[in-house]
Amino acid sequence: MALRPLLTRRTLASASGFSSNGGITTSFRGLQTFSLPDLPYDYGALQPAISGEIMQLHHQKHHQAYITNYNKALEQLHDAMSKGDAPAVVKLQSAIKFNGGGHVNHSIFWKNLAPIQGGGGEPPKGSLGWAIDNHFGSLDALVQKMNAEGAALQGSGWVWLGVDKELKKLVVETTSNQDPLVTKGPSLVPLIGIDVWEHAYYLQYKNVRPDYLKNIWKVINWKYASELYGKECP
Amino acid sequence: MATATATTSSAVPATAFLRRQGANGGANRSLRWARNQHQRWSPRRSGAAVITAKFDLKPPPYPQDALEPHMSQNTMSFHWGKHHRAYVDNLNKQIVGTELQGKSLEDVMIRTYNKGDLLPPFNNAAQVWNHDFFWDSMKPGGGGKPSGELLKAIERDFGSFEKFSEEFRSAAATQFGSGWAWLVYTVNPRPSDGKELLVLKTPNAVNPLVLGYTALLTIDVWEHAYYLDYQNRRPDYISIFMEKLVSWDAVSAKLEVAKSRVA
Repeated sequence: MALRPLLTRRTLASASGFSSNGGITTSFRGLQTFSLPDLPYDYGALQPAISGEIMQLHHQKHHQAYITNYNKALEQLHDAMSKGDAPAVVKLQSAIKFNGGGHVNHSIFWKNLAPIQGGGGEPPKGSLGWAIDNHFGSLDALVQKMNAEGAALQGSGWVWLGVDKELKKLVVETTSNQDPLVTKGPSLVPLIGIDVWEHAYYLQYKNVRPDYLKNIWKVINWKYASELYGKECP
Repeated sequence: MATATATTSSAVPATAFLRRQGANGGANRSLRWARNQHQRWSPRRSGAAVITAKFDLKPPPYPQDALEPHMSQNTMSFHWGKHHRAYVDNLNKQIVGTELQGKSLEDVMIRTYNKGDLLPPFNNAAQVWNHDFFWDSMKPGGGGKPSGELLKAIERDFGSFEKFSEEFRSAAATQFGSGWAWLVYTVNPRPSDGKELLVLKTPNAVNPLVLGYTALLTIDVWEHAYYLDYQNRRPDYISIFMEKLVSWDAVSAKLEVAKSRVA
């Protein structure tokens, strides 16, 4: 299969007619629907750590599909709720978790990545850097831990660096499928999430998930994680 | 200490497994490996000098490029040569020196399924079994419709072949994340509506065997099964599987075996 050269990011939000106020639109019925957020960098900008081909498919196909199906599920939920159809409401929960989770997780993921010229891979400084050293011993130790847990995850899911905003503690967690980090603890805030679904790496790394994990750190956007950590743990 | 390598056969006599007899017959298949160097499956590892009971990576009953263009040789080389091989190797490493060593694959699977409270070797054991079953579910020049007893059973339990096909495709398409879709045969417990054939979908490594069913057909919907050839387009992969790959011969044979066990 050949893809045309991927040099520019696609501003899909404006192409589809939605207003880009964070990708949320309020429809005629008062139901909020979602649209694909722009990437703040070109599809090819994370090469060679992550190929442009993967970035384009991941964004335009996978993330878009979660959004499309999330919107559909929300519409069905709205109907079921207005009819007072409790069994239907409950039945829709898995579609909402799958697709809403997919949208939430991928929206975080694009912010977790940055081209090297944009600071990708630059280690965290300030309070997050200190917290990592305190809790894990070193940044390298954190990376090894996340890579080990990410590699060991069976099937599809995510590996996270999060902060427990109640306990002010850093945590490493994994979630299955598209379960957001909050499913592992209501006070957990995701700082860095790494997608270990096969679609995130297969075209480039094939079965060698550990190589993908090793390389993705070169484009991890610690600036974003540090800002978020600073807000939760001032 | 058992010296034979464990196999995936159940208590049913080996002759009942028609799946081993492809167009080439079992005897010729290994010759084709040697002759067609560029197409052949990699030879089995000779293993350690010490003979221990361990599981083998069995090659599919057709050459690596035989399912082209529907399932590329490229995909097969990774799917069988890397993924399936890793499940076998890792399973062997996990069970050596434990009470699971020397047991049949199905036995290991059921024990480590542990009624849903999965023990660590389950994922590897089940994925070895699942992939063996998956290769057998396909054949070059496959697809089309079943016939005979199988078709009758499908029409009885689903209404029509088309309705079955729709249900199977839908299960495969809607299994979220990694997993499998199956056609299974069930007698015990007999479902309240009297149907013997069911479509199931399972996550990750779970399969119908550990749930008490007899598997007849499967499609792998882990992304590694289709990503190189179809990328995100899982529905296209499923369609091609049904139209061009499924081995109804293998499914019929399995149904025959399942029924003979009950009779």
